[in-house]
Amino acid sequence: MYPRSFEYVSPGSLDEATSVLASTEGAKVLAGGMSLLPLMKLRLFSPDVLVDIGRIPGLSSISDRGDHLAIGAMVSHAATASDSAIAEHAAALATAASWTGDVQVRNQGTTCGSIAHADIAADQPSAALALGATMVAASAGGVREIAASDFFVDTLTTALEPGEILTEIRIPKQGGASAYEKLGRRGGHTDYAVAGAAVWLDVSDGAVSSARVALTGVGAKPTLAEGVVEALVGTDGSDSAIAAASERALEGVTVLDDLFGTVEYKAHLAKVMTRRALQQAVAAAT
Amino acid sequence: MGGGVGVSTTSVLGGVVKRREDPALIRGTGLYVDDLQLPGMLHVAFVRSPYAHARVVSVDASDAEAMDGVRAVYTAADVAHLGDLVTQVAVGKLRPLLAGDKVNHLGEAVAMVVADSRYGARDAADAVDVEYDPLDPVIDLKEAASDAALVHEDMESNVLLAWEGGPWGDEEAIAATQQTIADAKGRDDTVSVSIEAVNQRLLPMPMEPRSVVADWNVGYGRFTVHSSTQIAHALAGGIAQTFGLSLTDVRCIAPEVGGGFGCKLNVYNDEILVCFASQQLGRPVKFTETRRDAAGSTIHGRGWVATATITGTGDGQILGYELDGIADMGAYSQNFTVAIPFLGLFVGAGQYSFPTHWKVACVHTHTMTTDAYRGAGRPEAAYYLERAIDAYAREIGVDPAEVRRKNFIPADQFPGAATHIGFPMDTGDYETNLDALLETAGYEDLKAERDRLRAEGRLVGLGLATYVEVCGFGPSALVDLGFSWAAYKIPSGFSGSGLVRVQADGTASVIIGTGPTGQGHQTTWAQIVSNQLGIPVENIRVSHGDTAESPLGIGTFGSRSAAVDGSATYEAANKVRAKAADLAAHLLEASADDIVFADGGAHVAGSPDQQVSWSDIATLAYQPHRLPEGMEGGLEAHAVFSPGNATWPFGSHLALVEVDGDTGDVKLLRYIAMDDCGNVINPMIVDGQIHGGLAQGIGQAMFEDGDYEADGNLLKWSFVEYPLPTSADLPSFELHRTVTPTDINPLGVKGIGEAGTIGSAQTVVNAVVDALSPLGVTHVDMPLRPKRVWAAIQAAKTNGSVS
Ligand SMILES: Cc1cc2nc3c(=O)[nH]c(=O)nc-3n(C[C@H](O)[C@H](O)[C@H](O)COP(=O)(O)OP(=O)(O)OC[C@H]3O[C@@H](n4cnc5c(N)ncnc54)[C@H](O)[C@@H]3O)c2cc1C
Repeated sequence: MYPRSFEYVSPGSLDEATSVLASTEGAKVLAGGMSLLPLMKLRLFSPDVLVDIGRIPGLSSISDRGDHLAIGAMVSHAATASDSAIAEHAAALATAASWTGDVQVRNQGTTCGSIAHADIAADQPSAALALGATMVAASAGGVREIAASDFFVDTLTTALEPGEILTEIRIPKQGGASAYEKLGRRGGHTDYAVAGAAVWLDVSDGAVSSARVALTGVGAKPTLAEGVVEALVGTDGSDSAIAAASERALEGVTVLDDLFGTVEYKAHLAKVMTRRALQQAVAAAT
Repeated sequence: MGGGVGVSTTSVLGGVVKRREDPALIRGTGLYVDDLQLPGMLHVAFVRSPYAHARVVSVDASDAEAMDGVRAVYTAADVAHLGDLVTQVAVGKLRPLLAGDKVNHLGEAVAMVVADSRYGARDAADAVDVEYDPLDPVIDLKEAASDAALVHEDMESNVLLAWEGGPWGDEEAIAATQQTIADAKGRDDTVSVSIEAVNQRLLPMPMEPRSVVADWNVGYGRFTVHSSTQIAHALAGGIAQTFGLSLTDVRCIAPEVGGGFGCKLNVYNDEILVCFASQQLGRPVKFTETRRDAAGSTIHGRGWVATATITGTGDGQILGYELDGIADMGAYSQNFTVAIPFLGLFVGAGQYSFPTHWKVACVHTHTMTTDAYRGAGRPEAAYYLERAIDAYAREIGVDPAEVRRKNFIPADQFPGAATHIGFPMDTGDYETNLDALLETAGYEDLKAERDRLRAEGRLVGLGLATYVEVCGFGPSALVDLGFSWAAYKIPSGFSGSGLVRVQADGTASVIIGTGPTGQGHQTTWAQIVSNQLGIPVENIRVSHGDTAESPLGIGTFGSRSAAVDGSATYEAANKVRAKAADLAAHLLEASADDIVFADGGAHVAGSPDQQVSWSDIATLAYQPHRLPEGMEGGLEAHAVFSPGNATWPFGSHLALVEVDGDTGDVKLLRYIAMDDCGNVINPMIVDGQIHGGLAQGIGQAMFEDGDYEADGNLLKWSFVEYPLPTSADLPSFELHRTVTPTDINPLGVKGIGEAGTIGSAQTVVNAVVDALSPLGVTHVDMPLRPKRVWAAIQAAKTNGSVS
């Protein structure tokens, strides 16, 4: 487990970091290192330069900006999991963060890092997607916003350009309720998701008025389950309505198998997790 | 402390003494091999085969050799003169130190790179260009046993031997047993129930991967070798044997060892190879496994497939048990390899008295060697037996506890009871133990609760299993069966030793032949000596693991260290005590027979006010001119203990589980263990051993899967792919015990290192099968990952049954 040799820089400001990234080929952002360093140690990935963003001031806070919450690049999973504003407005993300890895991983790894890394079995990307988050990317050329629905491109691939740093994610304070459910590889909620579902929905006048459902673990990337939303919105959110809607979870998803699940099993699990998450969210929203 | 010898029931033996080694381990001040930094030390990385089976066409190390800081790259030809890896049970193909013209498993070492840094060594290893011509591998056990393709083209068969009994080895008697079982099957009042199950391969994965530093001193012509090993003496002997040296020329030191579980009970090719490199280069050389090395190139455990059949009457009287299995040896035999299923044979019939025919064939495949892994053969044996008994109990509709009770070897047959192969056992009382478990757990209430929840549609199950273990090896006479360790220059067999020295200030130094890999020797041994001498535990230092100072002990494995080396130390302490009584008698002008040891010293019986301290006694011992005529100076003794038998711990376990029918997720709700390991020296340490043992057995049942892919790939390189159970995955264990002391050793202790593992996998699987039984599921293979449990549920739902 010895990585190839690499250079390490630790810029003191965001500008410095983006300019190093812009001027150095093969440079890679290092946040908590919980995904990047294992890949380097296995020599599956060998960047020439690591740009550690951990010493840049201002990236470690969760702020309430009136109409949205902003989670900075260096906010740990543990901080996301225990923040009261996130619990209130983005329960799915809080739950997903609380089920990410173990205590050490949650103290060291970052929510933005998990989202930037985009592992197919990671928890928080699907929560960000279901919550309709906006990703804020900074580079030497400026700052841009990327909608979560445009952010996840493929396995371990996002819309971030090589020179860009995900400085924060923004989650709208949109009312309604959200929830996350998963089956972990070691059973229960432990370890990466064999399959998971994050949902957000709003209920008005006894009917589901709007919703977003995102799956993790099943396909190549976290995916919005539009069919579920189509079937659910307008219903009373009863168990039978939820069960019927959940059956459509896999429309448009190509399910991949791995050591922990066959295609058939994961397809089934995705529906079960969708159903369970929807039931929780409906209960919380009404 | 009383005056008599024998097992004391006072505070020190049987008392909770906190592990004295923990402060150093917790604070990070314990020294592990990889902590060692010697001046000029070089580092090793291996070039390993990416194929399970291939011809090595060429090895081109020129680029690697040209790299900065690279000192040497060695291939098979460089070490051919050293022969194959020294191996105790040399049955089957032995491992070449480096692969020559063929590689026979993924991860086999093809070349060794030695460089100034470990990073440089790794870079250079990547730069060695090996051309392979891939061949089809033999991976599947049944295919291997069929000899459809040979693993080694120069061998006639992949099957090395079959362990068959009982009774063991007596062909006529085996045939008679088979006939008895066949007759029982022929009766129309009997049923036969079979299950075919996989006991999957496991990767030992100790927290500390293996690590070795060899230092050849050219002036003395001697090696000093630090290794993370369970068998320092055997390693010293193996190195001496390989290099044509004597035991005095090789000093092995096992410092702190961070877990072994049997995987450090081997002499490894890397241990020999770093010695070679050190000798060649005149520098200390270190090799520390990466986790990836540990997963693929340290021995594996288990890896059986077998069919177990119970034949019995409709009311639970079992008339025959048959096991027909194949055990995976991997591509090469190492220390014990083919002997592991042999340990299973001993306990093939568990706690029961029914006729048993047990047969397991040992086969080579293109995979890493298998060898001793916690339990070693006994968990596999217990798994099949206890799964089959449960299947039979379910078939006839009799309570599984009742079936077991009906078929136990009765307590009144001890002493004198023997296993199904005719091997004598020490002590046992199985019914009392099972009853204690059922009573403590509230079995009847649990059953009622399960049935109530089941009626609500919940998948709740109870699993029961019993086990008997053979351990505490001994008997010394195993030498005569060929287990002599002679390949490692240890012709002595399975005895143990201890050395007790009272120092001039009245404190004691205890030096033992075995060392811990986490078992707490420094605490337990101090308790044994303290109990015999009355010197407080904190005044006793326990040393181990340095072959230059330790008396010969073959190692900590097979739950043997306390029973064998502990007993030797007990006897050494008694010798010291006898001499101390003479010394005290001289000081107190009394007869040695009247000396009583108490309160950290000694006095004459009836005159406790005239006390001499251990320091007074020791001072006299080290001032020989003051001694009476004919008495030697010094106050120390060495004893060798040669057990007349192994020991036979036993127990029964109960698990309560709930399965989520929608996902296949298994929740282990309660785990209750009633173990009997004879006398207990330190309950806290014994409980700790059971905790770890249970976690490992439950790990096999629920999480761990070390099986190779059909193409010979091993997709388990880290804890991501090979999940180990953590405390967060397990319930709080409910531990209880019965105490049936052994008469094999003076301490009455049987050994507890492996019991938890031997008893637990089948307990959990029985519980899960019980939970799923309303759906018609009769079997699910381990590990019970959700996907597998769910698939079993689906199959049962669609077929109405599943096998
Ligand atoms: C033992 C263990 C268990 C785990 N279990 C889980 C689990 O159950 N569920 C789960 O979802 N995850 C799990 N993980 C992964 C964990 O969540 C990682 O922490 C997370 O995926 C990455 O966050 P990080 O801050 O550590 O990022 P790093 O490892 O530092 O970086 C990961 C990748 O993202 C990029 N990156 C990081 N931050 C930014 C940024 N701000 N801008 C641009 N690029 C960035 C890096 O360049 C790199 O490519 C586990 C990890 C470990 C080691």
